[in-house]
Amino acid sequence: MTRDITVTINGEQHTVAVEPRLLLVHLIREKLNLTGTHIGCDTSSCGACTVLINGKSAKSCTILAVQADGASITTIEGVGTPEALHPLQEGFRECHGLHCGFCTPGMIMRAMELLEKNPNPTEEEIRWGIAGNLCRCTGYNNIVKAIQYAAAKLRGEETPSTEPEFV
Amino acid sequence: MIPEPFEYSAPTSLSEALTLLRELGDEAKILAGGHSLIPMMKLRFATPTHLVDLNRVPGLSYVTEENGVLRIGAMTREHELDESPIVAEKFPIFRDAARLIADPQVRNFGTVGGNLAHGDAANDQPAVMIALNAEVVIASLDGERTVPIDDFFYGFYMTAVQEGEILTEIRVPIQPGRTGNAYHKSERKVGDYATAGVAVQVSLDDDGVCTYAGIGLTNVNPTPMRARRSEEALLGRRIDEDAIAAAARYAAEDCNPSDDLRGSTAYKRRLVRVLTQRMIHKALERAHGRSTH
Repeated sequence: MTRDITVTINGEQHTVAVEPRLLLVHLIREKLNLTGTHIGCDTSSCGACTVLINGKSAKSCTILAVQADGASITTIEGVGTPEALHPLQEGFRECHGLHCGFCTPGMIMRAMELLEKNPNPTEEEIRWGIAGNLCRCTGYNNIVKAIQYAAAKLRGEETPSTEPEFV
Repeated sequence: MIPEPFEYSAPTSLSEALTLLRELGDEAKILAGGHSLIPMMKLRFATPTHLVDLNRVPGLSYVTEENGVLRIGAMTREHELDESPIVAEKFPIFRDAARLIADPQVRNFGTVGGNLAHGDAANDQPAVMIALNAEVVIASLDGERTVPIDDFFYGFYMTAVQEGEILTEIRVPIQPGRTGNAYHKSERKVGDYATAGVAVQVSLDDDGVCTYAGIGLTNVNPTPMRARRSEEALLGRRIDEDAIAAAARYAAEDCNPSDDLRGSTAYKRRLVRVLTQRMIHKALERAHGRSTH
């Protein structure tokens, strides 16, 4: 049996009929065709499906769509534009924070909340902060740099060097 | 992976939730943070026919101090414990635990009450609540009852919470005297369940004599476990290295770990011994005010 839920995604309101068992990530990807949010492990381990629900980063593969009734959700499509990238998107590009790009939307959505709560995180705080997001390409060093780059830019400071780190 | 079909209700008051649970009986399952239940439903290990979602019930999320008791609403999220000023001051053990539970996104949703009510000896809050000698408040249409933590865990996924009941609050007594507490678990990687975990709280009087000792163990017994002999080794004396070594040895001897992918029985006993020793030291340092983190 379906029920109607209303969610605001990236500022746009949608009313959708959903089965209670529909997962939020399937609502986002399949009903609303926002495929920037990825499904990685499907077991709440990898963080590829991370979105913001009322500003809090969440693994959308482990939340029912009905739980999000009335909520405001931000996905990667709601962050920046191709012409005006968000500082995090710019940071990931400048610092080579991605290779294949599969984890990147989730990484960026997680980093959004991290920097919102802590605008000037240490490297250690960033590493703990993205502990719920797996990347199988980069080895994380350049992701950390990308987040540091974005943090500096959001604080209105000069951005650090964007030379990739080879270790 | 998609769960089996089920019905869903999102009551907006505690009495509505309790009425629903009474009507539905054993068909219903309570949805709190959902980060243990929904993965089990996706794997179809759990197939409840009706979910009663507590997320829209007001008044179940708070951390307050009242008459020497810390009161934690059952729907308090793990990250809220981590960020609570009362916790930072008197119960750094909750910060230790909160930061080791799963990962930031999961802690945004996972609840303290759910962590207990799931009844899994691998969860972290049970051992912490044992060390702190907490009480659990359980509500039903018939009223409220309070269950000491030692009577709360019945078996694998089984707790004192019965059909038609909701765990609403956890009460933690604030011990008099100089008190310190600490938790650590050994995990293979961030977000994993504990290979072994140890929670300790100690209180000392003005002469340095131990007036309270609580030690809880994670994931080394079929149910969350109190290390009673270890507690007795500390109580009523000035805690010296011999007492700490004895407490650690008893914990390692008395726990009942099993061989699995996280390690052998012998390895886990060794971990319990080392972690017990370290957590007693850390709790003592905090009791003496020498360390706040």
